[in-house]
Amino acid sequence: MVDISSTPAAMTGPRGARPKKAFSRSNIIVYGTLFVVAVYYALPLYVMIVTSLKGMPEIRMGNIFAPPMEVTFQPWVKAWQEACTGINCDGLSRGFWNSVRILIPSVLISVSIASVTGYALTMWRFKGSEVFFTILMIGAFIPYQVMLYPIVIMLREAGLYGSLGGLVLVHLAFGMPINTLLFRNYFASIPEELFKAARVDGAGFWAIFVKIIMPMSLPIFVVSVIIQVTGIWNDFLFGVIFTSPDLYPMTVQLNNIVNSVQGVKEYNVNMAATLLTGLVPLIVYFASGKLFVRGIAAGAVKG
Amino acid sequence: MAVAETGTHRTHAGARRPNRLFRNLNAKIATLPMIFIAVVVFLGGTLWTVFYSFTKSGLLPSTKFVGLDQYERLWTSRKWLVSIENLGIFGVCSMIGTLVIGFTLAALLDRKIRGEGVFRTIFLYPFALSFIVTGLVWQWILNPALGLQNVVREMGWTSFTFDPLNNPDIVIFGLLIAGLWQGTGLIMCIMLAGLRGIDEDIWKAARVDGIGTVKTYIRIIIPMMRPVFVTSLVLIGAGIVKLYDLVVAQTSGGPGISSEVPAKYVMTSMFGGQNLGQGFAASTMMMLMVVIILIPWAYLEFGGKKRG
Repeated sequence: MVDISSTPAAMTGPRGARPKKAFSRSNIIVYGTLFVVAVYYALPLYVMIVTSLKGMPEIRMGNIFAPPMEVTFQPWVKAWQEACTGINCDGLSRGFWNSVRILIPSVLISVSIASVTGYALTMWRFKGSEVFFTILMIGAFIPYQVMLYPIVIMLREAGLYGSLGGLVLVHLAFGMPINTLLFRNYFASIPEELFKAARVDGAGFWAIFVKIIMPMSLPIFVVSVIIQVTGIWNDFLFGVIFTSPDLYPMTVQLNNIVNSVQGVKEYNVNMAATLLTGLVPLIVYFASGKLFVRGIAAGAVKG
Repeated sequence: MAVAETGTHRTHAGARRPNRLFRNLNAKIATLPMIFIAVVVFLGGTLWTVFYSFTKSGLLPSTKFVGLDQYERLWTSRKWLVSIENLGIFGVCSMIGTLVIGFTLAALLDRKIRGEGVFRTIFLYPFALSFIVTGLVWQWILNPALGLQNVVREMGWTSFTFDPLNNPDIVIFGLLIAGLWQGTGLIMCIMLAGLRGIDEDIWKAARVDGIGTVKTYIRIIIPMMRPVFVTSLVLIGAGIVKLYDLVVAQTSGGPGISSEVPAKYVMTSMFGGQNLGQGFAASTMMMLMVVIILIPWAYLEFGGKKRG
């Protein structure tokens, strides 16, 4: 397990009452409650892992909480290579690669644009810049459904509806508010003297950004990438609307595989497929630890 | 999500240029994508949808005005009413549940315990997973022939029945179990950050006065954390209105229409039912709900600051 303690600036260390004896009654209550809740949280992941390693006969006979008697990786292979959506039986790998092809450009473009926007909004403010930013932030709270159809029309006019490029643009637009806010708040904490000194030395808009701001803001770039990777990978709504069946991202394909009505339900294959889909965000989560927490807290705790 | 104010003294850049439009040109070019997204996509898109919600749009958008007809149809549609009722139950339960569980977990983790990092990692990992994954997992765990009910019955309690996903009366609580599992970790983290921000002297003072731990939390700590609670409520509220993926993955709106939600109604009428006008009207109503949630918050957050 990664250590995700001591996250934002405010978290300096536990501030509760002094601990009492190791087995005092209150300690038992605290640890007991935490342990029970931890079981509830960990159970679904455990069930998925265990079931995905069982054969179908064993699933039909046994209970889903029991560890597998015979470990088999066949369900994983099948989920990746042969799982069917409708008449297409080339497995979840297609969705995986679609998601990768959506993810990489979306993350790169949106993080670049959001960081430059945040930089312009803090250090190069111009008349009206705050108005546009306010509209952007209000837009973040409006349900996506309200804007979906106009976006469909715009993309159709541009000839991008149903393509991966169109979906990338949609992710770019809806990722803008949170990421711009993130960068803007971070850049606002950079001492102004630094900026002034660079101006005096004759550095311009881009030179200051690339040579001074970027090198000292690496953590916030990582946080932004984490937000975007998990958000875009987990997206379902946009994937379903703005792509066509051949280009469905992994979440959409997973749902189609699992919730298809035909045939016998192969729970082990389905759970392996679900785990495969959850793997990317889980790896990001376990690998990034405190930065992930910082990312989700960034938009929330400020002010 | 309050926005930190920076000084306006940074606007001097590029003051040598004579033309106002070209002053600070790089910054203006760099913010063009944001301006486009804010004005054309967000603002324009919203106005477009609101405008067309008053028209007779069916398969294609049409500009034939029908006044409030779409809204009348919407509010007499049983599916929409069920959706709204579900959203109400889910919303209230999930707000209370998330706040209570999130705060309790944060308070427990704040008691200087061992293994805090491990517990926190376990409580938060569901938040990294998509609603699709969440919905599917809980669909299996709540599956009567496969999951919890089956296991308890095999342990000898053969009359045990827990089958929320096939019972129209309680299916929404099946969704709630999954939703709470996915979302409480986030609120716990925010609450924990809030608790860590509270001065230790408060605790010392409370102990000197002989106030018990639980009472200190309820009487002193929670009132001090009002802003954190408000932020959490806004986050939860904005998330609830968007509830869609979870329903699609876990119940597909069933059994029957008993677990339909507004976002799903919009999607079905826009992209499945060739009934654009209904979709526009329903999504406008969704936006209204968010506005109703946000206005009190904005008033508290920004109106309060002005007074202070």
